[in-house]
Amino acid sequence: MSLMLSADDHAQLDGGRGPAAQMAMRIIARMAEVCGADSLMDITGAHIDSALFQGDATLEFAERLAGLGARVIVPTTLNVSGVDEHGWREWATPPEWAAKALRQMAAYQSMGAVPTWTCAPYQTEWRPKFGQQIAWGESNAICFANSVIGARTERYPDLMDICAAITGRVPATGLHLTENRAGQVQMRLVDVPRRAQEVDEFYPVLGHLIGKIAQGRVSVIEGVIVAPSEDQLKALCAAAAASGAAALIHIVGVTPEALTAESAFQKRAPQQTVVITMDSLRAARGELTTAVGDKLDMIVLGSPHFSLAEFKKLAPMLEGKRRHPDVQFLVTTSRLMADLADQAGRLAPLKQFGGKVTVDTCILTTPMLRPEIKTLMTNSAKYAYYSPGLLNAQVVFGSLEDCVRSAVAGRVVKDESLWRE
Amino acid sequence: MARVIKGRALVGGEAEAESLVADEPLSFWGGYDQRTGEIIDRRHPLSGQIAAARALALPASRGSSTTTAVLLEAVRSGKAPAAIVTVAVDYFFSLASIVAGEMYGKSIPIVAIAPEDFATLRTGQRIQVCRDGALIVRTGDVV
Repeated sequence: MSLMLSADDHAQLDGGRGPAAQMAMRIIARMAEVCGADSLMDITGAHIDSALFQGDATLEFAERLAGLGARVIVPTTLNVSGVDEHGWREWATPPEWAAKALRQMAAYQSMGAVPTWTCAPYQTEWRPKFGQQIAWGESNAICFANSVIGARTERYPDLMDICAAITGRVPATGLHLTENRAGQVQMRLVDVPRRAQEVDEFYPVLGHLIGKIAQGRVSVIEGVIVAPSEDQLKALCAAAAASGAAALIHIVGVTPEALTAESAFQKRAPQQTVVITMDSLRAARGELTTAVGDKLDMIVLGSPHFSLAEFKKLAPMLEGKRRHPDVQFLVTTSRLMADLADQAGRLAPLKQFGGKVTVDTCILTTPMLRPEIKTLMTNSAKYAYYSPGLLNAQVVFGSLEDCVRSAVAGRVVKDESLWRE
Repeated sequence: MARVIKGRALVGGEAEAESLVADEPLSFWGGYDQRTGEIIDRRHPLSGQIAAARALALPASRGSSTTTAVLLEAVRSGKAPAAIVTVAVDYFFSLASIVAGEMYGKSIPIVAIAPEDFATLRTGQRIQVCRDGALIVRTGDVV
C-alpha cells in the first residue's frame, strides 16, 4: 500500500501554503507512511498538547513553526501549558522556566489557536460532535472524545497534533475509520453492586483496571447498571489512558457507539474476555496508593481539570471547615471553570477552607511544588499514576470525601467501607 | 553467535548498542528522564536503568501524548536511546524521531519486529540496527 496524496497535499508539500505548512505536511506525510495509510483525510477540529513546555526542544519546535508563519486552518484549542500565566509567582516555579513556558504559549497563540489552556476541552464550547473527525492530543481528552462523545481521533502525539491543525490533514487510519472502532476486548463486571457503581471513586479505579487490561486495544465494558455522570466518565477515561493507552472504551448502554454489545463489537467476536469483580477492583485501587502510613503534605484535585459540577460538589463539603495547617489543598482547573465557579459562589468556600486554585496547567506539567511536598493525596487516578515518577512523590488515592476529611485531620483518613471484603 | 531479525524500519537509520529489554510498554512522560536517560516509572520493570545510548526494546509506548516531546528533548540533550525496537507500529516514538530529524538533523532508528522475535531479545545483547530495519543480534558476547 503506498500513500496517495491529493493535489492540495502536494501543493502544501511543495511550499504553496508557505514554509510552515510545508514542514507540517512533510511530517504528516512521513507519519502516514509509518502507519501504512493509503491517503490523508480532512479534520475539522484540533486540540494541541504540544504547547506544553517540556524543555528547549519543544520551545524551539514551536518557535520554528511560528517563525515560519504557521497558522492553524481548523478550530483549534490548547491543552495545559507549562505555567500558570498569571499565578506562577505564588509557587516554586523558577522564573527561567516560566519565561520559556510563556514564550511557548505565545508561539501557539500566534498560530491562531484558542488559549483554552485545559486538558478538559470537551467541557468547553469547543466540545466536538458525534462522528466529527478531529486531531486531538492529550490522552484523557482523546479517550473522552472517542468514547463518551463518539467523535473520532487517533492518539495524536505532541508535535503531530499541531501539524494536523496547520495542514488540516491526517493519515486516514486508526480510530478515524469505522472498522477500527470495533471492540476487541470484552470486560464484564460480575457481582459489582449498584452501590459501588454509584460512587465517584469507583470510576477512576475501574478506568485504571480497564487500561491495564486493554493495553491500547478497544474495550467493551458490560455490566454497568447505572448512568454514570460526565465527570465520572472523565475520571474513568483519564485513568485508562494513563495506565494503558486506552483511546476508545465502549460502555454498553452508556456510550454512543455501544447501545448494545453487538454494535460495540460490530458483530465481531472479542479477542479476549475478562471478568471484573470487586476483588480485581480492590487490587486496582490498591495499586493507586504508593505511600505507607498516614503522613500527608498536600491534597491535589483536578486531573483532568476540575469542572463546574465538581466545584459544586466540593464547595458544600468545605463549608465551615479549615484545612490542617500542615496540609496544603490545591485544585487545578481552567480559567474558564475557575471563573464560572467564582460566579457561582463556589470558590469562596474553597478559599475560606485555606485551599488554592491553579489554572492553565497542573502539578505534573509545571515545577510549581517545592521538594518538601513528599506525600500527595488525590481522587484522580491520573495524578496517582504519574506523581511518583514525575514528582518523586508518594501518593495516596482516595475519594473526594476522603481527601477533604484528610485535609482537615492533617493525616490520611479513608472510608474503606465500600471496599471491605 | 550472531543472528538476524527482520524488522520494519519505521524510521530508518543505523546504530549499534547494548540492548535494554522489557515486555511492558512505557510512557516516556513520567517514565523517562530526558536529562539523564534514566527510566523513572517506578512501576516499570526497567525502573532505575539508564536507557541513553542503549538499544531500547519495548512492545510499545504507553499513555501520555507527551512521550514524543520527552523523546525529542532527550535527542536534543544527547540522552536518547541509540535505537528503539518495538512490536507495535508506534506513532509516538516514530514521530519524535522524524521531528528530531527535521529540527536537529539527528533521528534515531525506530524498528518494529514480530512478537515472536521480540520474545527472543534479552537485556545485555549487542544489537546492530541496519538501515533496512534488520537487527543483527549478537548473543554470545554479552557486553
